[in-house]
Amino acid sequence: MNKSNILIVGVGGQGTLLASVLLGNLALSKDYDVKLSEVHGMAQRGGSVVTHVKISEEGVNSPLIEEGDADVIIAFEELEAYRWLPYLKEGGTIYVNTQQILPMPVIMGQADYPEKIMPALEAKAGTVKAFDALKIAAECGSVKAVNVVLLGAASNDLPFDEETWIKVIEENVKPKFVELNKKAFEMGRNA
Amino acid sequence: MLGNEAFARGAYEAGVKVVSSYPGTPSTEVTENAAKYDEIHVEWAPNEKVGVEVAIGASLGGVRSLSCMKHVGLNVAADPFFTAAYTGVTGGAVILVADDNGCHSSQNEQDSRYYGRSAGVPVLEPSNSQECKDYIKLAYDISEKYDTIVLLRSNTRISHSRGIVEIGERVEKERIPYVKNIQKYVAMPAMARKLHIAQEKRMAQIQQDSSDMAINRIEMGDTSVGIITSGICYQYVKEALPDVSILKMGMINPLPKAMIEEFAAKVDKLYVIEEGDPFFEEQIRAMGIKLAGGKDMFTIQGEYNANMIRKAFGRPVPQIEEIEDAPGRPPLLCAGCPHRGLFHVLSKLKKTVIGDIGCYTLASLPPTSAMDSCLCMGASITMAHGFEKAVGNSKDVVAVLGDSTFFHSGITGLVNMNYNGAKGTVIILDNRITGMTGHQDNPSTGRNAKGQEAPAIDIAELCRAIGVKNIVEIDPFKVKDLEEIIKTETAREELSVIITKRPCALIVKQPDTPYEVTDKCKNCKMCMKIGCPAIEERDGRPYVVPESCVGCGLCAEVCPFDAFDIAAGKGAK
Repeated sequence: MNKSNILIVGVGGQGTLLASVLLGNLALSKDYDVKLSEVHGMAQRGGSVVTHVKISEEGVNSPLIEEGDADVIIAFEELEAYRWLPYLKEGGTIYVNTQQILPMPVIMGQADYPEKIMPALEAKAGTVKAFDALKIAAECGSVKAVNVVLLGAASNDLPFDEETWIKVIEENVKPKFVELNKKAFEMGRNA
Repeated sequence: MLGNEAFARGAYEAGVKVVSSYPGTPSTEVTENAAKYDEIHVEWAPNEKVGVEVAIGASLGGVRSLSCMKHVGLNVAADPFFTAAYTGVTGGAVILVADDNGCHSSQNEQDSRYYGRSAGVPVLEPSNSQECKDYIKLAYDISEKYDTIVLLRSNTRISHSRGIVEIGERVEKERIPYVKNIQKYVAMPAMARKLHIAQEKRMAQIQQDSSDMAINRIEMGDTSVGIITSGICYQYVKEALPDVSILKMGMINPLPKAMIEEFAAKVDKLYVIEEGDPFFEEQIRAMGIKLAGGKDMFTIQGEYNANMIRKAFGRPVPQIEEIEDAPGRPPLLCAGCPHRGLFHVLSKLKKTVIGDIGCYTLASLPPTSAMDSCLCMGASITMAHGFEKAVGNSKDVVAVLGDSTFFHSGITGLVNMNYNGAKGTVIILDNRITGMTGHQDNPSTGRNAKGQEAPAIDIAELCRAIGVKNIVEIDPFKVKDLEEIIKTETAREELSVIITKRPCALIVKQPDTPYEVTDKCKNCKMCMKIGCPAIEERDGRPYVVPESCVGCGLCAEVCPFDAFDIAAGKGAK
């Protein structure tokens, strides 16, 4: 891998930040240059959130991924996958948790939740891997493990061996949640 | 390392002994990370003015000190900032300010670089995490070498990006013994006039030296295009236009004029790329240097990116099909948020709500739509007072602010109300934490920035001491009682304070026993009006999403038909 741009998108509170930190540390452990850009503060409260992860052998300048330049999008929610689709490279890969979290304008009937999200994703992406990560996380013991389930799925296409992933999880997750997250990773990887 | 972590690491390595800050996105994590070092005294101050003054006092006491804030925080601290620019330092003193281009988490996009220019203080601006660490160390050297406070300017994209940082060892600094010197430290008119002259002189010296500073550098490439830039824009330029010549400034006030002239002479067309106001551009044009482009090619508002720069220079960018039918997802109060009960009631009573800065500002959005104004920290109380004086009574207006905002700058407003015959009602949302910025302790939480036990202020007692006679404390989830209290207190011809007490849903364990809608539901949709993210409409009826519900029970509280029950058999999540 020469370089990889990974966009992690979801809804504030879903644990996108931990996912990006794990990815960042993974890249770091293999001596890549890596930059991450995150969203903190007000925007986090149930809003649309995005984290940019840029990994490169040659050095990263801007911490932001440009439109049309993400190799991979890891989406924690369907609408967010759709919203950030312009960032995906033609033929890129998108992992999407099939959960739908209705935004307040939809709940209030002021807007509609788009119907044809999957066809739109498939039209642009080379590969769409859509699955119920929430269900898998619940089976592992906590719905909060959605982030690691998704990373597990994405790990199949990223050039890091399983051992390195597990090591990074062990180093970055609170000790009492390590086993849960290792299980979530395995199940995501085999999903 | 997060940019903010790198700032903290740099402060640690530079031997900083005292940090005093008020939290504010995107600056907060600098102070949080500094608090992890045992060698540094780190505290949350009640506001930025206090923080800067503590830092200046620590400098006077002979050690290196730091105060961090967001851009609008520097407005609060502007008073000590401007005069400390005269008095200079003993131990090095750095003021770190993080701007928020793009208003990710702020009420405006003010450009703090002007503070440096206006006050006569050198300003440094890093462009990645490594420079965050390096520049803060350099800032202390500059502070002590030139006897000046230094402003270190960051922004959201620098503070909240992570990059690789090489760490070093801490170098302990001997405390510089205090020597009384009223000519330097007492800023009264006779001294201030002289101090001002001295300050102008040192800025002229720094100006002269800046062209030789390594943090200002010319990277020659294709000489047909030259770009003057700094901070995050440098990274965007490097990515978008890797072939051009660049003058990267690390010190952005005063500008390295000799270096700019030298660079201008080497390139055919000179451009300035800077987010925010035309701060460099106007100064460079005033130097008589011809620019081929600046703000005429770019915007003052928002953040830049590499594609924006590519487009401006006619370089190819991918054609992107925009998504137009994705509904917005505005941030909202969390499931279980204590504020939701209050704003449901205020919405029902149709009060004019003079709001403030905090998570609760989100209550201004539908469906609660229960906030009429939000200006700046503490303005709820003072504006509600002015509103009362304009309207002639205060029956339909309330001021609403959080506990931390009350300590920040609400107390003086309440003193003013009591002193000047107000009859209004102030509602203090006591959720036992500073919420929006990510849960920092404050003077009422009983803990300090180091996580140690600290004395906790009793807000009711404080209000009583100010002279408020009518003080009511209530759990905001007891909506019926709360409604009666608000009605009584707003009707009262005396100043009142209502304190809604319930901890932030993110800091105490919630029941996590999801509710469900039973067949008692008459579909009146009262529960849809509280704006809970866990309640949706499915098949024309309210439905609780079990994964989102934390079991706070507010829906059951507002339902007139007792149609909410803890989901049978589902138990805890």
